[in-house]
Amino acid sequence: MKEKISIKPFLRLSGLEPLVVRPETNFVNVGERTNVTGSKMFARLIREKKFEEALSVARQQVESGAQILDVNMDDALLDGAEAMTTYLNLLQSEPDIARIPIMIDSSKFEIIQAGLKCVQGKCIVNSISLKEGEDKFLQQARICQRFGASVIVMAFDEKGQADTMLRKVEISERAYQLLITKLSFAPQDIIFDPNVFAVATGLEEHNNYGVDFIEATRLIKQKMPLTKVSGGVSNLSFSFRGNDHVREAMHAVFLYHAIKAGMDMGIVNAGQLVVYDEIEPTLRNLCEDVILNRNNDNNEATEKLIAFAETVKAKGKIEVKDEAWRNNSVEERLKHALINGITEYIDTDTEEARVKYPRPLDVIEGPLMAGMNVVGDLFGAGKMFLPQVVKSARVMKKSVAWLTPFIEEEKKNNPTATAGSVPKVLLATVKGDVHDIGKNIVGVVLGCNGYDIIDMGVMVPADKILDAAQKENVDVIGLSGLITPSLDEMVHVAHEMKRRGMQQPLLIGGATTSRMHTAVKIAPQYDHGVLHVLDASRSVTVVSSLLNKENKKELLSQTKQEYETLQYQFSNKNKKALIPYSEAVITKEYFDWKKYKPTSPSFTGKKVIKQADLATIARYIDWGPFFIAWEMPGRYPEVLSDAVFGQEAQRLFNDAQQLLKKIITENWFQADGVIGFWPAVSNNADTVTLQTEEGPVQLEFLRQQLKKAVGQPSFSLADFVCPAELGTDFMGSFAVTIHGAKKHIDRFAAEQDEYNKIIVQILADRMVEAFAEYLHEQVRKEYWGYEKNESLTNQQLIREDYNGIRPAPGYPACPDHTEKLKLFSLLNATEEIGITLTESLAMNPPASVCGWYFAHPQSHYFGLGKIDRDQLTDYAKRKQMTLEEAEKWLRPVLE
Amino acid sequence: MKSIQETLQERILIIDGAMGTMIQRHKLTEADYRGERFKNWPSDLKGNNDLLNITKPDVIVGIHKQYLDAGADIIETNTFSSTSIAMADYGMQSLAKELNVAAASCAKEAVKQAGKVAWVAGAIGPLNKTLSLSPDVNNPGFRAITFDEVVAAYYEQVSGLVEGGVDVLLIETIFDTLNAKGAIYAIKQYFDDTKQAPLPIMISGTITDASGRTLSGQTLEAFYTSVMHANPLSVGLNCALGAKEMRPHIEELSTLASCYVSAYPNAGLPNAMGEYDENPADTGHYLEEWAREGFVNIVGGCCGTTPDHIQHIAEHVKGLTPRALPTIEETLS
Repeated sequence: MKEKISIKPFLRLSGLEPLVVRPETNFVNVGERTNVTGSKMFARLIREKKFEEALSVARQQVESGAQILDVNMDDALLDGAEAMTTYLNLLQSEPDIARIPIMIDSSKFEIIQAGLKCVQGKCIVNSISLKEGEDKFLQQARICQRFGASVIVMAFDEKGQADTMLRKVEISERAYQLLITKLSFAPQDIIFDPNVFAVATGLEEHNNYGVDFIEATRLIKQKMPLTKVSGGVSNLSFSFRGNDHVREAMHAVFLYHAIKAGMDMGIVNAGQLVVYDEIEPTLRNLCEDVILNRNNDNNEATEKLIAFAETVKAKGKIEVKDEAWRNNSVEERLKHALINGITEYIDTDTEEARVKYPRPLDVIEGPLMAGMNVVGDLFGAGKMFLPQVVKSARVMKKSVAWLTPFIEEEKKNNPTATAGSVPKVLLATVKGDVHDIGKNIVGVVLGCNGYDIIDMGVMVPADKILDAAQKENVDVIGLSGLITPSLDEMVHVAHEMKRRGMQQPLLIGGATTSRMHTAVKIAPQYDHGVLHVLDASRSVTVVSSLLNKENKKELLSQTKQEYETLQYQFSNKNKKALIPYSEAVITKEYFDWKKYKPTSPSFTGKKVIKQADLATIARYIDWGPFFIAWEMPGRYPEVLSDAVFGQEAQRLFNDAQQLLKKIITENWFQADGVIGFWPAVSNNADTVTLQTEEGPVQLEFLRQQLKKAVGQPSFSLADFVCPAELGTDFMGSFAVTIHGAKKHIDRFAAEQDEYNKIIVQILADRMVEAFAEYLHEQVRKEYWGYEKNESLTNQQLIREDYNGIRPAPGYPACPDHTEKLKLFSLLNATEEIGITLTESLAMNPPASVCGWYFAHPQSHYFGLGKIDRDQLTDYAKRKQMTLEEAEKWLRPVLE
Repeated sequence: MKSIQETLQERILIIDGAMGTMIQRHKLTEADYRGERFKNWPSDLKGNNDLLNITKPDVIVGIHKQYLDAGADIIETNTFSSTSIAMADYGMQSLAKELNVAAASCAKEAVKQAGKVAWVAGAIGPLNKTLSLSPDVNNPGFRAITFDEVVAAYYEQVSGLVEGGVDVLLIETIFDTLNAKGAIYAIKQYFDDTKQAPLPIMISGTITDASGRTLSGQTLEAFYTSVMHANPLSVGLNCALGAKEMRPHIEELSTLASCYVSAYPNAGLPNAMGEYDENPADTGHYLEEWAREGFVNIVGGCCGTTPDHIQHIAEHVKGLTPRALPTIEETLS
């Protein structure tokens, strides 16, 4: 059960992708060039019916950053409805353009309707108004509503277009009341256009038009906070036609003030926006005077701007260097470096700050923490993403590393001066487990939020964790783990905490953990708070709540309640009906073995493949999980164009690609593998016997026992091997690993470079999975050779479109990790390629994969589900284990 | 009797499974499809499953009844293709309205026979012509049909379903959002014109493949944004994917939708023979997990699912808490 979510009244639009206008969205650019009244070129193309060419105008707007596309076909020489229909239909077949929402722009409602009939996304209608009275207005608004479109309401009524601030607001309010009361229109779907008129025309009555718009905007947003304000910006500078330099400056100055007053979107030439701060000060002041109607008696400001315009006509844009931030104060520079993840100047800036501040610690607690707080806030508000935060942490660490010797020095000279007490969080991957990517990310994110992180590393026994926690008097303990036996170890840690009478809250995370398991198994062991934390972003709020007395109480009691519900649900869950093991064996899956001719592998026994080509392997990478690790969910490559974090994802991807190139060309990694094939038969139950040179080896599998519909088999991997009485079959196995990652991970860690450290870790994981994929393909096509002519794309490989499977011991089809011992001994994997097994049977190096090969075309993956005691007893006997031992390893699948 | 809205607050509702799969089991002949009335109809009629509402009502009532007995709370009328546009394949445009009335009657009869509380959803399918896609690769601006024609066809279907007495209208298997917008437009117009209290609308889109988009190219959130003006009772996904592939999309939808969330996947992906072979217990397991995660309010099955699947699903989600409706905030801060 998830937390109850809340949905905010944002303006939501869509093309092929959504566009959500949030308060922090700042300003939405509406591309204006696809407008026959505004662009001569576009008008000519449409008149000549060169629609395909006219698409390039739209594409240029999108590429220049337009977030909505305004389309207008109001031309006396055109059949506007027909042109709108043709153009929009064509647009829909261009995914790179149709991605963004459409603004259907016309003064004729029939053209608007024609447009609405062509677009699947949620559009904006531009515009409707009270020009022809209330009835007509409501009738048109109702039609827009039936299409689900948002509407721009122009400040125009029966008396004409509103030019003063008061009229603009009055008409907008009247329209608002009508829409809300008569049609229950959603307020966030109403966008007002208070009319941008030209200023600096020489007529004094026009001089206040800029102010009228800006002030009307302010009032409209105050009175009707959910509505939006839009405007056609280029009207403003109409009298400076031909002088783009001045026009662009006027637009930038106008937008700067209008946006501050609450303007949400504007129709602009998306390629030509300049930044307010980048305008040369003289021009900016002149524009400001004209737009804000200051110092403008007798058109004084207007005259000055016109005079200035004459002088710049020929000049191009003034370039502002990217390095401008270097001129700010040292505090500002540190903040800038932290937010933007720039390490280039961090040592010099830190040194400058150290000299400036009385004590080195003051630099950390002052400017550095101030900068990190901004980072934390931006991350919390969804304006920064995980990879950026990790880069910020890298800057922070580098700066702290510079200061550390000075702090030590100071301590030596003055032992009583102690550091302020920063809350401490202890993190560890539990005994028997070596996986720590997620834990490292949590550490970095918490570190960015000002916590002191004590990272105990991997494979840490409970005693060590708890000794350290007590010695350091930490505030929170976090445990992580990836493989199933780690769940038991976490239960053990919680149990020990209670025995020791500890008080700190315990956080549980990692891929194999779940809220249900935490609630049912871990939480009852310990009374001072056990919380399952899903991801790194969530960890910040949880930890900060735990460190505040009030919030802690609330969070713990809330969690307790929630977990009690889960415990109740768990204990009252309808016990799943299981069938007796003897019956399950009979209802095994039967293949037509008589028709099946097993392919003999090119060799039997094992074969070692050392130093496989990294460049080849890299082509088999499935990038999806790479982004998931960075909390950027989505499929690759779509994730790169995600509306929210696409840009960051692309940047991350570029960084990863660059690093991967280095890894390959400089041979940072070594990919080693070993495969083996043996003649094999099954016993019509769950044992498969391999014929090896050293004699027979028996593999033991488990069989589904859940009651299924009549005629549905109970699956076991043993069914995928031919029964002894029907012939001889083959089975294979593999183990692959990536060596060499640790050295670079440690190096980056030593360089305080968490960002590259985590990328290398994740790439090692991706590469070993890719290696397994690549090797499996080689096995099918060559080593075993049962699919000599296979030819699949990487996508098809990821989708498992091929014949045969490679299930791993410890995973859903064969959840017993101890069969890994047999696999390792068959392949001699530890000696041959240096993978070792921990006491929980996790593989080390962590970037390692192993599994069985089955070739039968009907073999498939499945989840074992729960099994009953009768199978457990039989299995223990087959494995020559005690019942307790078997129970320990199979606990996750026991009912 | 409690309304569907009240019941949705209390528990997860079950929607029925595939109709076509069940009709196939009856191995009906051309003569069965024709019946007495269409004995001399000029074109072949075998395969026009919607026609059975008129020619073999017993078969249709029987299938509905099997689903109700298996635990379905909502059954869909057998009207996936009952529009003048889709019926043109059989030259039966003029029968569109009658088919919808007959189908609603069959479904209501089944509910009566089952003697339980259940709701009849008037099924509105996607049409065989689309408004956002050109059937001619050389002319991407071409459209085989106009928005007005789509609205007219749906308007007629809606009038038949409402007159036949359905309880809700279900726009389903949406692979082109603009067609669905036509259906929404028609429904709004129909209730405006007839001045009746509008029936609740359920909306169910289709994510066609691994790209996570509809056939017409929209992402899930874009799709939802494009249809939310229907102010639907529920929004969800059906068809094209099995539960395993549908899960991430349902999870995403459950965080987006301000209304209830429905999901009725296929019985897995088709196997090499084009058959759906996911066994009912597996489907039940998948959907139970969704329910436990708090993703769903309405679950059931699409292609390849049978009363057995529905029974497993119903048993698996029984007693589990439905997804809570999100809080709809009224301020931005």
